[in-house]
Amino acid sequence: MIEIESLSRKWKNFALHELSLKIEAGEYFVILGPTGSGKTLLLELIAGFHVPDSGRVLIDGKEVTHLPPEKHNLAFVYQNYSLFPHMNVKQNIEFGMKMKKIKDPKRVLDAARDLKIAHLLDRNPLTLSGGEQQRVALARALVTDPKILLLDEPLSALDPRTQENARELLLALHKKTNLTVLHITHDQTEARIMADRIAIVMDGKLVQVGTPEDIFENPVDSQVASFVGFENVLKGRVLSADRGLLRIETGGAVIDASGDMEAGDQVYAFLRPENIALSKTSTQSSIRNSLQGKVTEVWILGALVRVKVDCGVSLNALITRQSAEEMDLSPGVPVYVQFKASSVHVLR
Amino acid sequence: MKATTRKIRRIEPMIFVFSLILLVLFLFIFLTLSNMIFGQLLGDFTGLIKAVENSSVMGAISLSLYAGFLATLLALFLGAPTGYILARFDFPGKRLVESIIDVPVVVPHTVAGIALLTVFGSRGLIGGPLEPYIQFRDALPGIVVAMLFVSMPYLANSAREGFKSVDPKLENAARSLGAPLWKAFFFVTLPLSARHLLIGAVMTWARAISEFGAVVIIAYYPMIGPTLIYDRYLSYGLSASRPIAVLLILVTLSIFLVIRVISAGWSIYDRD
Repeated sequence: MIEIESLSRKWKNFALHELSLKIEAGEYFVILGPTGSGKTLLLELIAGFHVPDSGRVLIDGKEVTHLPPEKHNLAFVYQNYSLFPHMNVKQNIEFGMKMKKIKDPKRVLDAARDLKIAHLLDRNPLTLSGGEQQRVALARALVTDPKILLLDEPLSALDPRTQENARELLLALHKKTNLTVLHITHDQTEARIMADRIAIVMDGKLVQVGTPEDIFENPVDSQVASFVGFENVLKGRVLSADRGLLRIETGGAVIDASGDMEAGDQVYAFLRPENIALSKTSTQSSIRNSLQGKVTEVWILGALVRVKVDCGVSLNALITRQSAEEMDLSPGVPVYVQFKASSVHVLR
Repeated sequence: MKATTRKIRRIEPMIFVFSLILLVLFLFIFLTLSNMIFGQLLGDFTGLIKAVENSSVMGAISLSLYAGFLATLLALFLGAPTGYILARFDFPGKRLVESIIDVPVVVPHTVAGIALLTVFGSRGLIGGPLEPYIQFRDALPGIVVAMLFVSMPYLANSAREGFKSVDPKLENAARSLGAPLWKAFFFVTLPLSARHLLIGAVMTWARAISEFGAVVIIAYYPMIGPTLIYDRYLSYGLSASRPIAVLLILVTLSIFLVIRVISAGWSIYDRD
């Protein structure tokens, strides 16, 4: 278990402010935040590479704030894996065992076999692929049997295919060893797939902690909402509220949304582009919002197309390329923008 | 008949001019040294043999090498930790400290000798209190101190660059694996910056054995190679001093060549 109490630290261009967090034993916990938000600094503080300006770090109930890193008894894997280039794979894996005076050569082989790198033991780590280097780094970190594993952007240096394998590997390792894993990333998909719980860190502050569903469906503020993918942000005023159905006036359009605000409240309405459908006609359905507008921009993103529509307010929709072609969408084409009231996330 | 193809490579005018300048620089050094060496080998070979057979000549050259070696060892002992601190930490006055470390390179060496004499002489700040135990004036310690003073910046700077080239995350990784800082330094940082340290040590040693100005002021005796060359030149002229100069060059060049060959394999650890 990791407990962080009111942790503050200023270092170079980064700063953490009064950050408190509790990570349960055996949990796969992801810290998600944009680049430069102080995530790595937080991880390095937990590992003991920095001493905080104020606050405490406790590991399994014992305060380690001022102890040197080697006394924190946790494993740390950096984004670039930080394998020792003057040692071969075997020597890299053995390093921690030598430092901790563990004499059990079988462990090295077992770790190498578990991570499918037994055939690479004599190789220089710099000659390995990114995925292989990561597995060596994990073997090196886990061979001494730590209770906590800290991962600094472990997937970001890998190509998409290797990333998928690495995700599966990390989750399988976590399941098998019941390690407490603290994983930091700026990638929402990674966080959503892997985490038991997520903490959002922005500008050095802890903004929200919750399950992936909490974070991605109910962001606490506009900053988190736009970071986790609610691209359409509309500022408006609640015109009426009736049994959870809100009618919101947002500049050039009136939309329906679900929420527990009251008439007259100033609110922000958030809407994901993938929750918007486009249609040439206004069909009658349970979908409460159908706004008439004109396409202003079209961007092709591989199999998907992002379409910007001016319907009194400007909204981004994400649809398939096939649909865009069938509807012959181009700037100036009139369309109906449709979305369910329940797709709109409303915050005061 | 086989068709032959000729590779036509375009040479940029700037690269052509720079290459010519490189050639001029090479010839400037090569002609100066080779003229003296080949002049001696072809014109007065027996003079060179006599110099080899002369115990005072070989003694002076050996003393140069030995004192240079001691100065280099001291420079490593002092320069490596200094380089590490400068590479890893920012602190108030760091720029000033770095500038002061570089000062011996720019100070005229006779001035360095006089400054050293005021500190290490028998009435100096350090030489005075140490007089009953160790003598610097006209003694080996004086030669070593003079050599150390003028050559130390090469080692400190090279060590600093070497430690800078090692990603601190490697040290962090070592520490998270259970290594205290000193073990992370000796098992990770030091081997990875060894080539920089070796280059620094070779440069330091080279600078130390070629030193004359500072040494001659604090310790004219016992004579090192450059002092003996100067002494012979003043007393007997060019023909008496040239064989010793050639011998000193040949001995030092041979040692540097051996070091280069031995250290060539170290480049695999170089992360630059």
